[in-house]
Amino acid sequence: MSFLSRAPAPAWPLAAPADGPGNPWFSWRYVHDNADEILTALQFHAGLTARAVIFALIVALPLAIVAYWWRPLTGPILALSGVLYTIPSLALLALVAPAVGTTRDTSVLIALVLYALLVLVRNILAGLTQVPAEVRDAAAGMGYGRFGRLVRIELPLALPGVLTGLRLATVSTVALVTVGSLIGQGGLGDMILGGFRNNFYKAEIMTGAVLCVALALVLDLLIAGAGRLLTPWARERRA
Amino acid sequence: MNYFHEGFVWLNDPLNWTNPGGLLDRLEEHLVISLWAVLIGCLVGWPLGIWLGHRGRGGAAVVTVANLTLALPTLALLTILPLTPLGFGKPPVVVALAVFAVPPLLANAYTGLRQIDPETREAARGMGLSGGQVLRRVELPLSVPYLAAGLRTAAVQVVATAALAAFVNGGGLGEIISAGFGIGMSNGGGGQIVAGGIAVALLALLVEGLLALLQRLVTPKALRRARRGRATAAAPAG
Repeated sequence: MSFLSRAPAPAWPLAAPADGPGNPWFSWRYVHDNADEILTALQFHAGLTARAVIFALIVALPLAIVAYWWRPLTGPILALSGVLYTIPSLALLALVAPAVGTTRDTSVLIALVLYALLVLVRNILAGLTQVPAEVRDAAAGMGYGRFGRLVRIELPLALPGVLTGLRLATVSTVALVTVGSLIGQGGLGDMILGGFRNNFYKAEIMTGAVLCVALALVLDLLIAGAGRLLTPWARERRA
Repeated sequence: MNYFHEGFVWLNDPLNWTNPGGLLDRLEEHLVISLWAVLIGCLVGWPLGIWLGHRGRGGAAVVTVANLTLALPTLALLTILPLTPLGFGKPPVVVALAVFAVPPLLANAYTGLRQIDPETREAARGMGLSGGQVLRRVELPLSVPYLAAGLRTAAVQVVATAALAAFVNGGGLGEIISAGFGIGMSNGGGGQIVAGGIAVALLALLVEGLLALLQRLVTPKALRRARRGRATAAAPAG
């Protein structure tokens, strides 16, 4: 069976058979006929990922700063987000969904935010702690207060760590959104599972899976590119 | 809170534990699948990581593999593998989970061998040890904490992702959750969903705790204070 059978087979039965030449792993005809649904799923997937990562960043940034300013809090904050991270996504979804409801994607969003949290807090904290002590002293000597130093000096210098965290969080969130198909809110995951349940329609499964990986890679490259623009000093040092 | 109460009521019914397809049956399935997946992951990840670390090459490839599997949804492998010659049933689920167990094992084994002080290796060579002897008597003992950290990350991740096998009817504790959704939340399935969620979460935390203990036990006292935190963070638990 060819992996990329492009040719629109002339006499396909309408329902996809379980196996045989009529059920290829990839078919342009499927993509063409279902372009609207695929695009909707892709949009939903990308939107949910973006919202989850942005919310997680909004929560993680203050947490990391608090852990950075008051060192005794570092352990508890990392431990708590570590426990949340260990709880399997499906379990988290099962605990959140009955209480929040399954008609909207809120419960998936909550689970995704909790997941991205640990990665972001850990990386932002790592970025902040690797700011050299001399730089901090110099900033204090120039008259920066605690807050001004954070905004003008420490956060910009921590940017590489923040970006690494963002990339890791984004890539894993894209993969995790598929778990939302448990309650029919999984974007491309709904396509993958739908294809499996629809008499093992391989083209639908494969299209969903490939788009999912592609979305992760594209978002990763976008953030990496934004990072290069935002941290010109790191680029010069490397060259 | 209402649903949590229903969840505890569900867990309190002994029949929900002992029925065919009840909690105990699913727990056994879950553990058997996870055990095989981790075992296969170890058989692939450790020798490869140790060999690459010993040779000191392939670091970029290890990172690339780890990052690529991060982008791969577990659900995709779980649905694609049964349609390959592997067939339906347990084997595709075990293979799918093993694929996600390999990167943390591989990366930690590689890091474990690379973090050894080059001078230690030089000294061992200077004492006349051959390549294989250096590996067996010096490098492997020194990288045990890293191997244990990899095992812990991989095992927790496999136990967590094994819950997803329920999507393709592969068994495991996830079946309790999906059966609850099958009953429907308005018909009293909510309690079962929450109960399944609690069971899966507790199992993952238990495995994490036990393996953290194991990691402490196998780490020689002298190395305990030198290291902080985990070796390398791996992909999140699906």
